Amino acid sequence: MSEPLLKLEGVHTHIGAYHILHGVDLEVMPGEMTVLLGRNGAGKTTTLRTIMGLWKATAGTITFRGEAIQALDTPDIAHRGLAYVPENMGIFADLTVCENMLLAARNARHIDQMDAKRLDWLFGLFPALKTFWQHPAGLLSGGQKQMLAVARAIIEPRPLLLIDEPSKGLAPSIIQNLISAFRELKQTETTILLVEQNFNFARQLGDRVAVMDDGRVVHAGSMADLVGDEGLQQKLLGLSLASHS
Amino acid sequence: MKIPDSPAQIMETLPSVKTDRLPLFLLPALALVALPLIGSFSTWVTLTFAGLAMGMIIFIIASGLTLVFGLMDVMNFGHGVFITLGAFIAVSVLGRMAGFTESPSLVRNLIAVVPAMLAAMVAAGALGLVFERIIIRPVYGQPLKQIMITMGGMIVAVELIKVIWGAQAIPLPLPEAFKGSLLFGETAIEKYRLIAVVVGLVIFAMLFWILSRTKVGLLIRAGVHDREMVESLGYRIGRLFIGVFVAGSALAGLGGVMWGLYQQSVTPEMGGAINVLLFIVIIIGGMGSIGGCFLGALMVGLVNNYAGFLAPKVALISNILLMVIVLLWRPQGIYPAGKA
Amino acid sequence: MILQRLFSGDMPRSKVLTVLLLGILLALLLTPFIFPGAKALNVAAKILIFIVLVASFDLLLGYTGIVSFAHTMFFGIGAYGVAIALTHLGPTWTAVAVGAACALVISLLLSLVIGLFSLRVKALFFAMITLAVASAFQTLASQLSDLTGGEDGLSFKVPALLMDGFQKMIWDADLQQFLPHPRMIFGVEVNGKFVAFYLLAAATLVLFLVMLRLVNSPFGRVLQAIRENAFRAEALGYRVVVYRTLSTMLSAAFATLAGILLALWLRYNGPDTSLSFEIMIDILLMVVIGGMGTLYGSVIGASLFILVQNYLQDLMKAASQGVSQVPFLKDLIHPDRWLLWLGILFVLSVYRFPAGVVGKLRMRARRTT
Repeated sequence: MSEPLLKLEGVHTHIGAYHILHGVDLEVMPGEMTVLLGRNGAGKTTTLRTIMGLWKATAGTITFRGEAIQALDTPDIAHRGLAYVPENMGIFADLTVCENMLLAARNARHIDQMDAKRLDWLFGLFPALKTFWQHPAGLLSGGQKQMLAVARAIIEPRPLLLIDEPSKGLAPSIIQNLISAFRELKQTETTILLVEQNFNFARQLGDRVAVMDDGRVVHAGSMADLVGDEGLQQKLLGLSLASHS
Repeated sequence: MKIPDSPAQIMETLPSVKTDRLPLFLLPALALVALPLIGSFSTWVTLTFAGLAMGMIIFIIASGLTLVFGLMDVMNFGHGVFITLGAFIAVSVLGRMAGFTESPSLVRNLIAVVPAMLAAMVAAGALGLVFERIIIRPVYGQPLKQIMITMGGMIVAVELIKVIWGAQAIPLPLPEAFKGSLLFGETAIEKYRLIAVVVGLVIFAMLFWILSRTKVGLLIRAGVHDREMVESLGYRIGRLFIGVFVAGSALAGLGGVMWGLYQQSVTPEMGGAINVLLFIVIIIGGMGSIGGCFLGALMVGLVNNYAGFLAPKVALISNILLMVIVLLWRPQGIYPAGKA
Repeated sequence: MILQRLFSGDMPRSKVLTVLLLGILLALLLTPFIFPGAKALNVAAKILIFIVLVASFDLLLGYTGIVSFAHTMFFGIGAYGVAIALTHLGPTWTAVAVGAACALVISLLLSLVIGLFSLRVKALFFAMITLAVASAFQTLASQLSDLTGGEDGLSFKVPALLMDGFQKMIWDADLQQFLPHPRMIFGVEVNGKFVAFYLLAAATLVLFLVMLRLVNSPFGRVLQAIRENAFRAEALGYRVVVYRTLSTMLSAAFATLAGILLALWLRYNGPDTSLSFEIMIDILLMVVIGGMGTLYGSVIGASLFILVQNYLQDLMKAASQGVSQVPFLKDLIHPDRWLLWLGILFVLSVYRFPAGVVGKLRMRARRTT
């Protein structure tokens, strides 16, 4: 078995006076999609933000490709090759779709310097981007914004994507589009750590799963095992597939 | 679950592009309302031009302040000191080049004025760098301390200016070729006001170009909107902020030179006095918005000059009135800078 | 214990501080006897007035966590209220009462409007708005010269008791037989200024104790809770805007009272004595150097600052002459540059000891016990 790409060991995070993460242990294997499940307030978003350095871990280590990154600033972490799609998608509403993409392309100073081949591939994944290329991103629909957010994260090849609840608030048909896009993305050996509440969405994509509760990872294993064991689902997520789909 | 046949299904039609044009009519409306009140057309043109010139200078000074606020929620109550420093640097430079400023040749005048402006910008920018490092850096995210410490920084810096140049007002005469007026029929337009308007427009155009056409400009606009996301994309917003702060200070220094020439004298207190106007402009424009700042500055300039003519006693009150009216209309200012 | 009740249970809590405060109190009260001359008396009176003014600013800044630059506006309203009333109605106590009442009403209304209008938003916004309003008010005061005397200000007569009428009252009441030297106490002439000074001292003491009571009341505790965490206070059911507005109004009222005292003491008022932005900066420095949120800090801050303002210059003059050969240094310690050094002290205070002199002393006291 290969080394994990990202490894969290005993990570604690405080936000102000509140102790949110109580020792998170998590491994993300290269080339796989790991899904972080758990109820609201379990600490999933905080985990992603802590990895990204937006909140500093107060204890524990975060290792990316063998390097401890928990003390680095967010821009440095981004330069190590982590891309982050926050829950609110972080779209710059006043900027056009094109400008949003240009900002994410760190190596391009100008639109012409963006990798045309990769852009074409992205347009194939998310055709809406091409249509609205010169429109202010604030005018896009929720689903289109989510696609822009994901496309922005992968405008240049990044070894690890952190994506926070992409399915939130989207219509089922849009979610299905997103699923096919993620499937194609998985073909490119991109490693993804996905936070999801929607188990139905998660089980179609995830290779591995980690379930959080109360600021800790309470279960980690393969997605197949979890999908196959309704008792475990009941116990961990308080739901069963039967009642959900 | 239904799988869409084609990507076309996700392409709902976009709402038509709605840009907020209404505020753009404010300036002409303001000017038109003033015309019958003033009565004489040539007086109106003179006042309008004076107002635009004043507004342009205020815009040059305030632009950095509003961007700095938009980017980092930092409001520098000591911004006025960069104005003062710029003006005093101009006094020193132009004083040494009297041979050039007193010559009637525009070229010779410019040979003196342009270096004076550049020196003022460099000095104000350098002071800005020091200010950011030792005054503002330690109090990020603490508005109360920020207000006090920037105020304190200004007190100290103004006192230091007094140590160097003395506490008295110093005359700053206009170069020969800048003096006098151009006559268009009945209407007289002071040459210097024309110059101020042109310089202001050039600066606005440059800022506009940088903000809309360069990557740094995109980063600034994105940073005003969502600081964390810019960092997550791998850019150091701190460095961007310092850059904007220093550039804003340098522009304030340039504005100081222009304001000093406009008043034809400089005093150590001049910056503090303009601070009030700056705040009004920024509040009117929407804190953090460069376009709003431009409109707000021109409106304040116009209202000041119209009111100064129509009812001199209430000239400063007129700014407050303008601010209250704008805030009643749009509580966040003309163009609220979108915060995520 | 009576003292505990008098000070609302909020004692200085540091031996050094207690000694310092007692020293200031004694020095102020005995000024007419131990420091002869008009200058000393005027300095002492100014300290007394500024203790009230700075303490009222501390209600806002230290206890509520709001920066307002309109505080001198209320100070000025008080001073102008009395000045205008005395100028137009003659030197009677009725005029003082009318002027004071009008000033208080105007201050309360104005602070209510400002508070409701701008306290919902960020601290920065409030500071900017108050700065703009105060500067407009200052312009207005110097422009409306028919009412305010413009830049020249107003000189006026105060009620007889505070002028030379005191002696006359004693003669009229046939009291002179009970006093061995009715004109003199311990060699100091009992004139209107003398009476005015002790009335001022009494008023200062009362107002200070009232403010001390206020900040230690349940209301004061809510203010401090809001300062520490506005969200939590709101969650606990306190209407933050209401409390902040009330605090703004109270602080404005006390500043107005300080302005009334100022006008009565000086028998003069103009834009530079009560309204100017320099005074605003001065009280900001005083409250921060003395110690925000301690109220006692206003006593220390005002005393220190005004002494420096009036006497450091003499010291600096001597020092400056001593180094008159050193060009830059000479200018740095030029007597007119006293504000430079206080400004540096202020900046250092904000960074290093935000609780000011009082906080520092209390911390030391806590460490030693």
